Amino acid sequence: VTTPDVIFAVVGLFTAACAVLTVTSRNLVHAALFLAATLAGIGAEFLVLRADFVAWVQIVVYVGAIAVLFLFGLMLTRAPIGREALDSQNKGLGLAVSVALFIVLTWLMLTSSLADEVAFESAPGIVTIGLAVFSTWVFPFEAVGMLLLGALIGTVLLSRREDGESGTPQMPTHIESSDTPPAELERREGPARELETTAGGDA
Amino acid sequence: VSPIGPLLLSTFLFCTGIYGVMARRNSVLVLMSVELMLNAVNINLVAFQGLLFPTDVDATGHVFALFVITVAAAEVGVGLAIVLNMFRNRASVNVDDVDLMRW
Repeated sequence: VTTPDVIFAVVGLFTAACAVLTVTSRNLVHAALFLAATLAGIGAEFLVLRADFVAWVQIVVYVGAIAVLFLFGLMLTRAPIGREALDSQNKGLGLAVSVALFIVLTWLMLTSSLADEVAFESAPGIVTIGLAVFSTWVFPFEAVGMLLLGALIGTVLLSRREDGESGTPQMPTHIESSDTPPAELERREGPARELETTAGGDA
Repeated sequence: VSPIGPLLLSTFLFCTGIYGVMARRNSVLVLMSVELMLNAVNINLVAFQGLLFPTDVDATGHVFALFVITVAAAEVGVGLAIVLNMFRNRASVNVDDVDLMRW
């Protein structure tokens, strides 16, 4: 057991604890912040594994962008903060599946020859990564670029308001279903009606 | 670094993600759990980079980790857009409420 092993174990325990809190915490904003801590911990693990470039990409993309995106998602969907007491009835099943999978995979790992395999001291630097990306993996690189473009356009298309271009509101699509939760139009009319009645009461 | 530590951590994170996907109902939290699982894969990729390519002339593991990070970012963007749309149409982000396409 060397010093990097000890550092890895300590950071790993922190990361694992934050991951558990992410999926169990009742408050969804806390869950998002724990997720950010988990991702930062994984970045630190990359540093211990001497993957410097991947570590900083992890910090920039995940902790910097994706965690903030999740927080915005929670804000925009007005997530029921603190009210998520009614977890799904799959809780026991989920726990059973994940614990069983963890036990099986851990057993496989510990009995395999990986357990007594030792380590590696050198890691590819940024020059090697750049050369690999732009020579061996240049086609996947371009494909991922197109994927990001498609995701960008798709996200804009999916999340834009359905109002007409002239600014006149159009009817949102209603979904007919037996026990439908209130659709957007009903929610939007609610506060407007209240405003009207208060104005009438004043006059 | 011994490879068993990264592999154990990655397994744990993956199983935590599975639990989150199965047990939680808020779809934003389900997306967060999917992110946990993708990150678990990344740890494995980086760990096996050191195990399989001891010389530093090959960076396949790191390159694949970067690709996974990119695809995960795209997935979160589209996923949150879908969740927003769902919230507008159904006023709910509960995954159990979205059963229109269920047989």
